[in-house]
Amino acid sequence: MDRENDNVKEIVMPSLGADMAEGMLVEWLVKRGDSVKRGDIIAVIETQKGAIDMEVYYTGVISEILHEPVVTLPVGTVMARVELTEASDREVAATAAPQMDTTVPEIDTAPQMDTTVPEIDTAPQMDITVSEINTAPQIDTTSPQVVTAAGRGSVIASPIVRKVALEKRLDLTSIKGSGPLGAILLRDLPETTKEMRVSTSASKQLSGVTKSMRGAIAAAMTKSKNEIPHFYQSLDIELSNALAWLKKTNEDRSPELHILLLALLLKAVAKTLTKYPDLNGFYQANQFVHAEEIHIGNVISLRQGGLVVPAIHHVDKLSVDETMQAIRDISARGRNGHLRSSELTDASITITNMGERGTDSVFAVIYPPQVAIIGFGKIRKTPQLVDGELVNSEVMSVCLSADHRVIDGMLGAKFLNALSKQLQKPELL
Amino acid sequence: MKNHEIKAVLLTAIQEIAPEIALEDIDLDEDLRDECDLDSMDFLNYLIEIKKLTGVKITEKDYPKVNTFKKMLAHLEQNIA
Repeated sequence: MDRENDNVKEIVMPSLGADMAEGMLVEWLVKRGDSVKRGDIIAVIETQKGAIDMEVYYTGVISEILHEPVVTLPVGTVMARVELTEASDREVAATAAPQMDTTVPEIDTAPQMDTTVPEIDTAPQMDITVSEINTAPQIDTTSPQVVTAAGRGSVIASPIVRKVALEKRLDLTSIKGSGPLGAILLRDLPETTKEMRVSTSASKQLSGVTKSMRGAIAAAMTKSKNEIPHFYQSLDIELSNALAWLKKTNEDRSPELHILLLALLLKAVAKTLTKYPDLNGFYQANQFVHAEEIHIGNVISLRQGGLVVPAIHHVDKLSVDETMQAIRDISARGRNGHLRSSELTDASITITNMGERGTDSVFAVIYPPQVAIIGFGKIRKTPQLVDGELVNSEVMSVCLSADHRVIDGMLGAKFLNALSKQLQKPELL
Repeated sequence: MKNHEIKAVLLTAIQEIAPEIALEDIDLDEDLRDECDLDSMDFLNYLIEIKKLTGVKITEKDYPKVNTFKKMLAHLEQNIA
């Protein structure tokens, strides 16, 4: 078996952030001999965060496939190898972007591997993934556990359909889907009798996945609250202008072009962060490192419970319309299980939006190693005094939770006020 | 498209967003967003789905006319070409 060298790189079960100990390889989208380029989706993996499209970080040819689906593998397990095609790719691989950190945790957990990963000192997630892997003694890197083959094959199905199929031991490849592109919907699954719902290792495995999402949230939030000295600031931001602009803009727009307030909020946050970069980055090895890009994580609640926090990349460089498309895209993929591995690992700050049916405010918990999270409450209609006159106004409480090791109250206050100012001129976003 | 066909299309659009919802679970005269627990993004996706399935474009000013299952059904019956 080839060891990894300059020409051959290992593709490992990635760690998608806090406390991911293992993932289930559901499907390969490539086979031995296929050419791949950096960023291609090569496999579907089922994780604590649902089904994820796994990206490859190298350009080359798949030279070996080491595990066949469906199989649960600990983070860091070598799943395949890729032979780099050109010298320039080798250089690219050696200086790969921060996403590389999703592929490196095997260094500490799998001593049999001889890999050299130069980014180890700069990879923002590195310390968090490694520390959490060290606290997960249940990992057995030598004997990947084989689970049922239900749900396998190139079928389009949401996580809930896959879950039910696994529980009912249905073979999804034999079911005709009635959804878009032949996607299998819940109603396509045959009714099964109670007797068929026997407890199987597969259903245990699946309830474990749901539990593990709960576990992942618990671990990340406990780590955050144990290590990060949070402080909280709140500002009521007047949104009448922004809402009027949205109403006018959306008036005749088709639903697929409709802009939600969230798009304006994201744009305003990104623009404000360019002036206050100290809120955008990672705290690691006792110091703050600025993120070079503005990748904003968005908290998306899943209908079946739990949440995912995929990032929208380069929000500062997107238009409002592009931001809206990106929101639609990640929320759809967040719910049907096609988030990309990079999206779950490279957010430099996070926002959480309570929406119209939420609470007045939300004081959120920072997602380590980030240093800030912004919580948007629901819009409140309220009278305001303007030049001695009562006028109707619509306000939203915006709360900043910040890491006091990096950020002070005055900076937080300036940031929130600048954000408010930004939102008064929605046409300029 | 006949009434029962539009009804089926509507249900498909809802289940695309909220797969666990069955018709008998919801009050057809109540606000669909509350009945199906849809946030604003879900509702938008529901409208996009309806446009894909029926060709009917629903804009923000139509929202009061389509906020329940029954109202949406009537709106689509009127507007499907």
